Amino acid sequence: METLSFDYPASQPVSRRAHVGVVGSGDLEVLLEPSLEEQAHVTVRTSADGFGEVWQAVLDRFFARNDLAAAIEINDAGATPGTVALRLAQAVEESRS
Amino acid sequence: MTAPVQTRTKFTELSARERAAALLDHGTFRELIGPFERLESPHLEPQGVVPACDDGVVVARGDLDGERAVVLAVEGLFQGGGIGEVSGAKIAGPLELALRDAERGHPIRPVLLLETGGIRLQEANLGLLALAEVHAAIVALCRHVPVVGVVAGLVGCFGGMAIAAGLCSHLVMTREGRLGLNGPQVIEQEAGVAELDSEDRRLIWGTIGGEQRTATGVADALVEDDVAKVAEAVRAAFAAGPPAEHRSAQVGRYEARLAEIDTSEPLDGSALRALWGDGEDDR
Repeated sequence: METLSFDYPASQPVSRRAHVGVVGSGDLEVLLEPSLEEQAHVTVRTSADGFGEVWQAVLDRFFARNDLAAAIEINDAGATPGTVALRLAQAVEESRS
Repeated sequence: MTAPVQTRTKFTELSARERAAALLDHGTFRELIGPFERLESPHLEPQGVVPACDDGVVVARGDLDGERAVVLAVEGLFQGGGIGEVSGAKIAGPLELALRDAERGHPIRPVLLLETGGIRLQEANLGLLALAEVHAAIVALCRHVPVVGVVAGLVGCFGGMAIAAGLCSHLVMTREGRLGLNGPQVIEQEAGVAELDSEDRRLIWGTIGGEQRTATGVADALVEDDVAKVAEAVRAAFAAGPPAEHRSAQVGRYEARLAEIDTSEPLDGSALRALWGDGEDDR
C-alpha cells in the first residue's frame, strides 16, 4: 500500500460533495469535497505500489480539464488509469447534479 | 445524501448502497454514518490494506410499505464483505437501537443484505466480538419484529455471518446466492479436493445455493435476481409477520434432522432434499 499526495492551483468552487465507486478489485472510491482554499488537494491511498508517475499523469490531465477547488480522497484497489479517469469524471458530474 | 439513480434491474449488479436504496420505498433512502463520516477501519492501513470510507457497510434508514425501516447492507466487493470491528459495529449498533425502539413500542423493520465471507481475517478477534453482538441483537430483536435477511450473491454468505443469516426470522435467496458456514474453497483447502471440489460449480450450487437452501427449509423464499422481486419478497416477509417458531428455537427438530443422516454414506444435494423434504416448511 502506498499513500500519495498532489496539489493543483484551482479557483472554481465545488457546489456539492460527492462519493462514487467501491474499493473493490480493479476499482476505487472517490470522495470529492469543496476545498477551503483556492487550491485542489488530492490524497491517494493505493494497493499498487510504484505507480506515482501514473497517478501524477492521470491527475495532471484531470486538472488541466477541470478547474476545481476540491479536496479529493481516493481509496484505490488497483484500478487502471482509465477507470480512475472515469470515476473522477463521475464524481465531478455527481457534485454538479 | 440522495439515493443513487436506479436504471438496472439485476439486484446483484448493484452496490450495497444502491441495493439499500432500491429496496426502500422510493425517495425514502437516507444514509446514516455515510462515507463522509469516514468511519473507516483503523486496523487495515497498518497492515498495508487500503481501507474504505464506510468500511464496507451501509446503514440506511427509510420506509418499507410506509413503515419505518433500517437496511444494513454489506458491500461484498470490499474485502469480500469481511466483517471487522467497525463494519461489525455498523451492523450490531443499529440492530441494538432497533431493539430499543421495539421495546418502547416503536418497532422498525430491520433488513440485512448479506454479501460476506464472514470475519475479516485482518481483524480476527474484533470481528468475532462484533459478530457475537450481531447474533445476540438479531435473537433479541426477533422476539419483537421479523428480521429479514437477503443473500442475493455474488459473494454469498459464509462464516459467522451465515449464522446471522440462520438467526433471521425470514431469509430470502436468489439462485446465485450461496449460504454456508464454510465456503467451498476453505473446505477444499482443509479437507482436500476429494472431499469437495470448489471448482465444481454444479456441485457447489447444488449443495449451498439458494435453490437447494430453500428446498431444504434453510431459506424461506427463492426469488429471481431482480430488484423488484427481491423488494417484493422482503415486503411480503414483513407482511406475513414473525414465524410461529423461529428456526433458531427449533433445536430438537434440527437435531432429529441431523440424526437422520447416515454419515458412512456420501450425501449429495438431491439425497438431502429427499431426507429434509422438498420445499417443506412447516414452521
